[in-house]
Amino acid sequence: MKAEELRYAKTHEWVAVDGDTATVGITDFAVKLLTDIVYLSLPIVGKSYSPGQAMGEVESVKAVSDIYAPVSGEVIEVNSALPDNLVLLNDSPLEKAWIARLRMHSPSEAGSLLSYADYVKHCDKAHH
Amino acid sequence: MRNPTATQLLFEMSCAGRGTEVFPASDVPDVTGVPKIGADFLASGPLPLPEIAEPDVVRHFVNLSTLNMSVDSHFYPLGSCTMKYNPKRHERLARLPQAANSHPYQSESQVQGLLSVLYEMQTMLAEISGLPGVSLHPAAGAQGEFTALLTAAAWFRDRGENRTRVLFPASAHGTNPASAALAGFECVQLSGGRDGFVDLEELKAHLDERTAVFMVTNPNTLGLFERDIAVVSEMLHSVGGLVYIDGANMNAILGRTRPGDFGGDMMHYNVHKTFTGPHGAGGPGAGPIAVRDFLAPFLPAPVVTFDAARNWYSLSVPEKSIGRVRTFFGNVGILLRGYFYIRTLGGRGLREASENAVLNANYLLSQVKDFLEVPHGDRCMHEFVASAKRQKDLTGVTTMDIAKRLLDYGFHAPTVYFPLVVEEALMMEPTETESLQTLDAFAGALRKICSEPAELVKGAPHSTAVCRPDEVNAARKPVLCWSAPNC
Amino acid sequence: MAYLFDTPEQRKIMFDAIGIASIDELFQQIPAELQLKRELDLPPALSELALEQDMQRRLGSAGGRGTCFLGGGVYDHFIPAVVDEITSRGEFYTAYTPYQAEASQGTLQAFYEYQTLISQLTGMDVSNASLYEGGTAVSEAVFMAMRINGRHGRVAIAGTLHPEYRQVLETYCSRLGTELVEIPHTNGVISAEACRAALDSETCAVVLQQPNFFGCLEDIRGLTDIAHAAGALSILAFDAVSPGMLKRPGEYGVDIAVAEGQPLGTPLQYGGPLLGIFTCRGDYVRKMPGRLIGKTTDRKGKECFVLNLQTREQHIRRDKATSNICTNQGLLALRTTVFLATVGPAGMRQMATLSHQKARYAAELLTAIPGVSLKFPGAFFREFLLETPLPACDMLKALSDRGYDVGPDMGRFSLTSVDGWQNCFLVALTEKRTRAEIEGLADAMRGVLERV
Repeated sequence: MKAEELRYAKTHEWVAVDGDTATVGITDFAVKLLTDIVYLSLPIVGKSYSPGQAMGEVESVKAVSDIYAPVSGEVIEVNSALPDNLVLLNDSPLEKAWIARLRMHSPSEAGSLLSYADYVKHCDKAHH
Repeated sequence: MRNPTATQLLFEMSCAGRGTEVFPASDVPDVTGVPKIGADFLASGPLPLPEIAEPDVVRHFVNLSTLNMSVDSHFYPLGSCTMKYNPKRHERLARLPQAANSHPYQSESQVQGLLSVLYEMQTMLAEISGLPGVSLHPAAGAQGEFTALLTAAAWFRDRGENRTRVLFPASAHGTNPASAALAGFECVQLSGGRDGFVDLEELKAHLDERTAVFMVTNPNTLGLFERDIAVVSEMLHSVGGLVYIDGANMNAILGRTRPGDFGGDMMHYNVHKTFTGPHGAGGPGAGPIAVRDFLAPFLPAPVVTFDAARNWYSLSVPEKSIGRVRTFFGNVGILLRGYFYIRTLGGRGLREASENAVLNANYLLSQVKDFLEVPHGDRCMHEFVASAKRQKDLTGVTTMDIAKRLLDYGFHAPTVYFPLVVEEALMMEPTETESLQTLDAFAGALRKICSEPAELVKGAPHSTAVCRPDEVNAARKPVLCWSAPNC
Repeated sequence: MAYLFDTPEQRKIMFDAIGIASIDELFQQIPAELQLKRELDLPPALSELALEQDMQRRLGSAGGRGTCFLGGGVYDHFIPAVVDEITSRGEFYTAYTPYQAEASQGTLQAFYEYQTLISQLTGMDVSNASLYEGGTAVSEAVFMAMRINGRHGRVAIAGTLHPEYRQVLETYCSRLGTELVEIPHTNGVISAEACRAALDSETCAVVLQQPNFFGCLEDIRGLTDIAHAAGALSILAFDAVSPGMLKRPGEYGVDIAVAEGQPLGTPLQYGGPLLGIFTCRGDYVRKMPGRLIGKTTDRKGKECFVLNLQTREQHIRRDKATSNICTNQGLLALRTTVFLATVGPAGMRQMATLSHQKARYAAELLTAIPGVSLKFPGAFFREFLLETPLPACDMLKALSDRGYDVGPDMGRFSLTSVDGWQNCFLVALTEKRTRAEIEGLADAMRGVLERV
């Protein structure tokens, strides 16, 4: 997957849309901001989330960050290998470090997420 | 002198079969007339505890103790924690029979002396705070916060009000939001003004009929006295809310001003900080609360009351009490040490202690401000927050590096990375029980560190038994308990 | 007087450096109208000698105290002198929370050893580095159970739980809308039927005590299985001395085990400071309240210790923290560490067995007195509920007048779930009580009843 082809939430989640399925992960930018991630809790399969609702958590030694649902939908699959291989978040944030797949309640929501270019701008602003 | 060979764990020192009989043999006969414990309930074998001879136990812990910095051995300017000298005179007194060996279910007649002291402590804490209702019950400051919030909630309920929100500034101690959430309130964090004070406009925008309590530390965690505190209090009261004063920084204002006089409705004391108690490598504390008269009927139980006609002290339950938040009376052992402190200082001594705490902090500030940024001005109360942002930007040396390097110079580090509103924060609280020479030596070390090669500082500490433990790995694969090899 | 030592010349140096002429200038930060214009109205300052004389007068006597047979959560156990000697060392006594690992390896290693010793004592996977005391530990356990299974509707509490533990839990839950359901006891213990009947799909946890408040032994394994079958967690408050002789909490399969740690090396101090022991299953560790010490390695690969999993705590997670606790009971945890290292497995076994044997002997002698009986028929460990023909408060007062402090009586807690509670009180034994003292108590009670 190419970063340019994905959609983004301001809360630093990326979304890959395939039909009514959204694959969600956290961005490289977020991973770097948190420094060494030591723990990740996954969303619950079968549970539905609305946009902006916390569905998981990532932790570094000194900080905790919620992972927010970028779109509304039901979690149909989670990357259960990820919590034990957190290094994937650094090595392969867009491929192997996906976090969950959601069956979107209204796929049109994805359209309101940021494009890559807008997300990069958002990060620049957030960082300064 | 540190013994470099002595860092074995207790468990590695154990030798099976070494255990000695600690207690005398039973002096009572076996009996048959009472029910016997069934085999189902009995342990299958001895506990897997280590077996160590007493001399080895002593050597082990004495050697461990030499790996610590402490107030008795080092300057310990840990901001917000008030690491002042612990008077030795308190220790013998705290071991007097009625203090040390009374069981909490002892009859009142057997603890009249102790209750008289605790009653006097209540009275003294009411006078020092300017708030008449005192409960000595809470075990530590955080529990005091929680207890006071429940007390406030009970008062609101009694008035038929359902207020749901607790407000606090971003610079608040983490315990404030944690206690508010535990007490079932919705937490609203205010960002505060750039000058470090509560932003009145921002506060006003958040006040409404849902507002229950505004929690504020005063002096605040930047070491500044909230100059508009009386206005803040009026604003809260005008919408029917209450003001909670986090008393962590009481050491700045004893005898100079009182929470009750500047608009606080309730507060907690950290007895072990302000009035000295063994910090004990993390505790115990005692977190008595003081409240306005209208809140007093809701205080937790028990409180000590005095019947002058009978000359009798009793434990009582306030009329509309929220109940208990812990077993038994409170952390009596710590309350007594606080009491001894107040009795030996008196009104004038407390005021002098605060004056010198503020003097020492301002002097230290004056000695570091030319090489460390102090974002919130050149006056402070009993502590101030410096920032190593400049150092970080210029040389890559962070607050953490400076903190670690201070250890090499024989000083404990200040509180670091708190409050969260200051980047690369170094929060320094020298306390009143430090001399000019110590402050000069500390400022000199800091100054030197700020001009040392970055690599040297980033490699610190160089003189301690260990250097920069790997916290990332510790958190990823937590090892919280020793286990026997091959088990 | 305050502990100050700067000379007028030194103060002058400080004033000049700051740029002030008087201390009052520093306090101009406080608006004038808010400043206290008088001295605090406190008793006049005392010298060390004068304070000592005053305190000797008020606290120096035992207040007419007698031999201690008091129980109900804290007990008059023996404390080896080594515990006081080690823990009063300034390097432990006057340090604080080990935030700077390099300056606190002594504390950190000692607390890692504490966590391990408590795991060994309980048979549970993980122990934290202490909570305030047993009662709040129960409340924290219930809150942790809510985080684990997400059930907030109900908590089932054994009717045999320490009434003060229950009162604390009531206060802690008072604003959450969580219903506390009491599981009634039959003859001083919880039956499987009563437990089952108290549970439903909203029940978060079952809170049990072993030995229970009345001193009796519960079928913790059976009750835990019932809790688990209902999707609830099993929380156990246990007597910290009992593992010296009885099964450890871990052997019952409970999820969270807590205790009042006072019996293991801490003096009574009229009920505080005490020690909250808190342990749980390993897979729940990230939901735990309180501080945790972990083992790791430093830059040079040397084994060392750090504060671990701090993201659970209030200074990082703030309103979402697993507890609001900050200052804990470190010094008391250290006392227990030294205590357990000193007494070892043999000492723990002796302590538990002696307390039990003496309790049995006391029960036998006391129940031989006409009209005096054990309230409940089941086996007990070191404490038992006694019923006499007199109102308990009168009996305890009379015994106290004869030099024996016994109790608490059930009237103190309005424990109406016990028939005839007005005449019932606890009698607790430790290894410290001698045969002569036990026989003396029996004689005293006989004497009281003969005079009626």
